[in-house]
Amino acid sequence: MTILAKLIPLFPLLGFIILGLGYRSIPKRIASILGPGTVFLSFIFSVFLLFNIHHSLMNIRYFSWISFGNLSISFDFLIDPLSILMMLVITGVGLLIHVYSIGYMSHDEGFNRFFAYTNLFVFFMLILVMGSNYAVMFIGWEGVGLCSYLLIGFWFKNQQFNNAAKKAFIMNRIGDLGFLLGMFLIFTSFRSFNYVTVFDLAKTMPSGSGTITAITLLLFIGAVGKSAQIPLYTWLPDAMAGPTPVSALIHAATMVTAGVYMVARSGVLYVLAPATMEIMGLTAMATMILAAAIAIFQNDIKKVLAYSTISQLGYMFLALSVGAFTGTMFHLMTHAFFKALLFLGAGSVIHALEGEQDIRKMGGLKNVLPKTYWTFLVGTLAIAGLPPLSGFFSKDEILAGVFSSSQTMWIIAVAVTMMTAFYMFRLLFLTFSGNYRGTHPQSLKIHESPAVMTIPLLILAFLAFFGGFLNIPELMGGSGVLKEFLSPVFADAVKLNQVPYLLVPEKREWYNIALVIILVVLAILAAYRKFVIKLRTGSIETEAGSFIERLAANKFYIDELYDAIFVKPALKISGALHEFVEVRFIDRVVNGAGTMIVRFSNIIRYLQAGHVGMYMFFMIIGILLILFFNILF
Amino acid sequence: MLTLTLIVFPLLVAIGLFFIKDGKWAGNLALATALIEFGISVAALVQYFLFCHCLLLFHLEWLADYGISLKFGIDGLSMLLILLTTFLIPIIIYSSLGQKIQRSSSFYSLIILMQAGLIGVFTAFDGMMFYIFWELTLIPAYFIAAYWGGENRIRITLKFFAYTFSGSLLMLIAIIYLYFRTPLPHSFDHIWLYASNLNPGEQLWIFLAFFIAFAIKVPVFPFHTWQPDTYVTAPYSGSMLLGGLMSKMGLFGMIRWMIPITYTELTRTGGFFVIFPVIGIVYASLIALRQDDLKRLVAYSSVAHLGLVAAGAMTLNAIAMQGAMIQMVSHGINIVGLFILVQYIEARTKTRSIAELGGIALKAPRLAVFFMIILLGSIALPLTDGFVGEFLILLGMFKYNAVFAAVSGLTIIFGAVYMLWMYQRVMLGNTKAATEQISDLNWKEMIPLIAIVIMVIWIGVAPGMFMKLAENGVGQVIGIIR
Repeated sequence: MTILAKLIPLFPLLGFIILGLGYRSIPKRIASILGPGTVFLSFIFSVFLLFNIHHSLMNIRYFSWISFGNLSISFDFLIDPLSILMMLVITGVGLLIHVYSIGYMSHDEGFNRFFAYTNLFVFFMLILVMGSNYAVMFIGWEGVGLCSYLLIGFWFKNQQFNNAAKKAFIMNRIGDLGFLLGMFLIFTSFRSFNYVTVFDLAKTMPSGSGTITAITLLLFIGAVGKSAQIPLYTWLPDAMAGPTPVSALIHAATMVTAGVYMVARSGVLYVLAPATMEIMGLTAMATMILAAAIAIFQNDIKKVLAYSTISQLGYMFLALSVGAFTGTMFHLMTHAFFKALLFLGAGSVIHALEGEQDIRKMGGLKNVLPKTYWTFLVGTLAIAGLPPLSGFFSKDEILAGVFSSSQTMWIIAVAVTMMTAFYMFRLLFLTFSGNYRGTHPQSLKIHESPAVMTIPLLILAFLAFFGGFLNIPELMGGSGVLKEFLSPVFADAVKLNQVPYLLVPEKREWYNIALVIILVVLAILAAYRKFVIKLRTGSIETEAGSFIERLAANKFYIDELYDAIFVKPALKISGALHEFVEVRFIDRVVNGAGTMIVRFSNIIRYLQAGHVGMYMFFMIIGILLILFFNILF
Repeated sequence: MLTLTLIVFPLLVAIGLFFIKDGKWAGNLALATALIEFGISVAALVQYFLFCHCLLLFHLEWLADYGISLKFGIDGLSMLLILLTTFLIPIIIYSSLGQKIQRSSSFYSLIILMQAGLIGVFTAFDGMMFYIFWELTLIPAYFIAAYWGGENRIRITLKFFAYTFSGSLLMLIAIIYLYFRTPLPHSFDHIWLYASNLNPGEQLWIFLAFFIAFAIKVPVFPFHTWQPDTYVTAPYSGSMLLGGLMSKMGLFGMIRWMIPITYTELTRTGGFFVIFPVIGIVYASLIALRQDDLKRLVAYSSVAHLGLVAAGAMTLNAIAMQGAMIQMVSHGINIVGLFILVQYIEARTKTRSIAELGGIALKAPRLAVFFMIILLGSIALPLTDGFVGEFLILLGMFKYNAVFAAVSGLTIIFGAVYMLWMYQRVMLGNTKAATEQISDLNWKEMIPLIAIVIMVIWIGVAPGMFMKLAENGVGQVIGIIR
């Protein structure tokens, strides 16, 4: 068992090393076995681990990493239901995306490099979720950031893509500094980075203590960066510059959920910090609404999905902020299914249209890309939250949790659900319904993607459809398999949870469910009216109309704002420091002092002629020779 | 005996080389010497670990009347820096072999002399010996930059010489002053100097003298203005010697001499002097953003990274000091790696200007990969060498003063900003006129880079051995402070 868990991250690492060293000599055929193959092995081993874990918690010693004195950071793994769930999502969805990439990247020169990077990504992501302490998590945390950087800028000839890659890395690093400082505070307070030790000690502390509040806030800054929440979210839409499978794997299904995982993992700390929970809830709500509003007005198929991801991540943080840990992990999992599906579907469309991403130039693809269409439809229904698809169950669980602690929050969450249904169906209709609006001769050549791409789509569609059955709530007569599975992990956090909790009568719950479904259907109908019926007669509006619409279409000018208040001033300060402080002040003082000495000193004048150095050279040689003879005789 | 051999062997070779005719084999002889020296240092390492993790001491009474003795020893801290020196010198020599060098025998003689001087500095346990070797290193550094340097070399190296030399004089005065405050009969032995009796006023002056001398050498803000110019004008071997090794002399001096002798001054002033390197971290990072010359950018990044090391050491916290020692080694390895890469780029394109470069990754993927890995070490990604040291420094500093740690931690962000931006403009994008014909690295060129990358990953993943060495060094300093 121990060996098994130890091997899981090593397969993709090995894949990375082989593909990385032989990226020029390994034929594509072998790379397309090796790349997905290593992830497949990790997946199989993870499944095996799932069925063979007898204790709820297993600590695995790897090696001692940084240790001296009484500081000891070991490279250890913690295998428990939470990490197993994450491992399954990462390797399972990761495997499907790897297989899909064989088709998607088949014409790319950087085929081997692509798989080397994605394997490295899977390795770091596994380290992130398997680590038994914050330091190991941080290795994975920064490592996935690196892979994200490398893959966003995969086509590095294009400087705009490189800008996006750099932006992602730097914004993540801002969060990472928060994470680091949080870790430092954990260490100074608990003298350890180990989850088990830290949580055991934290449990004895009073709720709302300054230390725990500060720790959780600092860690949350890290989560905000990695999981693209306000104010560090603007890198994620830009990250769509990377190849689409990357967007599916890293920027939808796995890496961006790392922040959610981290907060869930640190659940014990968070429930002891009500202030942090409140800030997290507010951040989540603001992010959800903002991102959903922007998504409605985006015309790039991937950008819509990117904003949708931000919004859905907000959903997860909202759930965390009321202590609905199982609901969060449930939604994380279903979201991985349907969002990966949607991205891969979008990739299939882009692939078919040879790079076109503007949905205003699509339309009517239903008939030419039937497999893509049907699977995309499943994904759209799932994210909209219609029963009995997976998104319905996971959203319902979150909404129920939110409702019992705050009705205001619930109303906002429901509003965002409606917006989600609206923009997703807008996307679906504009892409697949109506007539083809493209101008290129593309329409003649449009073809469905090969099986290597559509089979992963079908499997993901299956998961997005039925994935919800893993955790049917008791209300509907289910047994909550996932809840039971995860319960030992969250037992302490749930017990300590301070968020006021309202017991909701069953009837009321049913009402709520029905209400949400009706509202979602209304939103879908609105989208249908606007983007199917109206389009039959009129043409598509290319410009957003009202002030608010224009604002949203321009992403509320947040990028421009950041540019004006951070980027440009930093460059200006840099120039000013160099010119005025460095050259004209410090250096001038130094030179002035130097000149004074030169003026008053004869010795230095010789130095200028270059003689003194030579004298000194021989002088020191002389001293050393004296030294030497002194020893000998 | 190994301790003495480590100093005397290169010294003799350097003298021999100085009087030998120029030619290709001057370089080869120097390389062979450096490799043998590396072998000796590994032998010393083995001996260190086999025998009790303690001092390998060579002690001989010399000018007993003046309390000067030939006391050289290797403890954990010395061992770390000796290994760094003997590892980097062959790399520095090797990477210079391809170039045409005038008066090559003198050139290599000076490099080997530098090595002897450095090891003398890192092993001296007698104040006067420390001073003598400290000055000894200045001579080769000065001549390498002044004779084989580039534009404006005379003016710039004069400034370098005068600046660092005046620092050293301050240090000499401090050491002699301390000598007269040691218990009778006076001695320059480090234990005696540590035990010298100072009243608070004297303490402050001695501290300042040491601090300025070492701060100039590192360099620490605001004593750094000689450094970017000198790195730029010096030949690559010179920049590597200065950035990779000579800067460590200043940090070493702080840990071996300044802190044990005047630590009360650091505690009394409550972190006032830590502010300088901390400011330097942010200041130099910001300036690095806008630099167009690759060498100058590396120079400013060095001010930032070494500022963190100096700040870490000066917090007197065991964890931070441990990190400082590890980071001294890592920084040396990374900066030499960066200079080698810049050297390769300049040799191929005849320019170091970022604006004229671009798209190198398209033509030279191997170069791009090595550059990326060493860059990652430099921006402290976990599992690279830079992380272990910076993590420990910041962790220790956080205990000392959370605000300092947060400000210093900005290096995590800024480092990524200027390095990745540079990488993007130099390596990525499309090729430009200068980079159109650029060729990739051949095997011969890759050898030093492979050695460096191995170290980057070794220290990053399994720093155990280095941690043990540093722990010994930290133990001694902390032992004195307590």
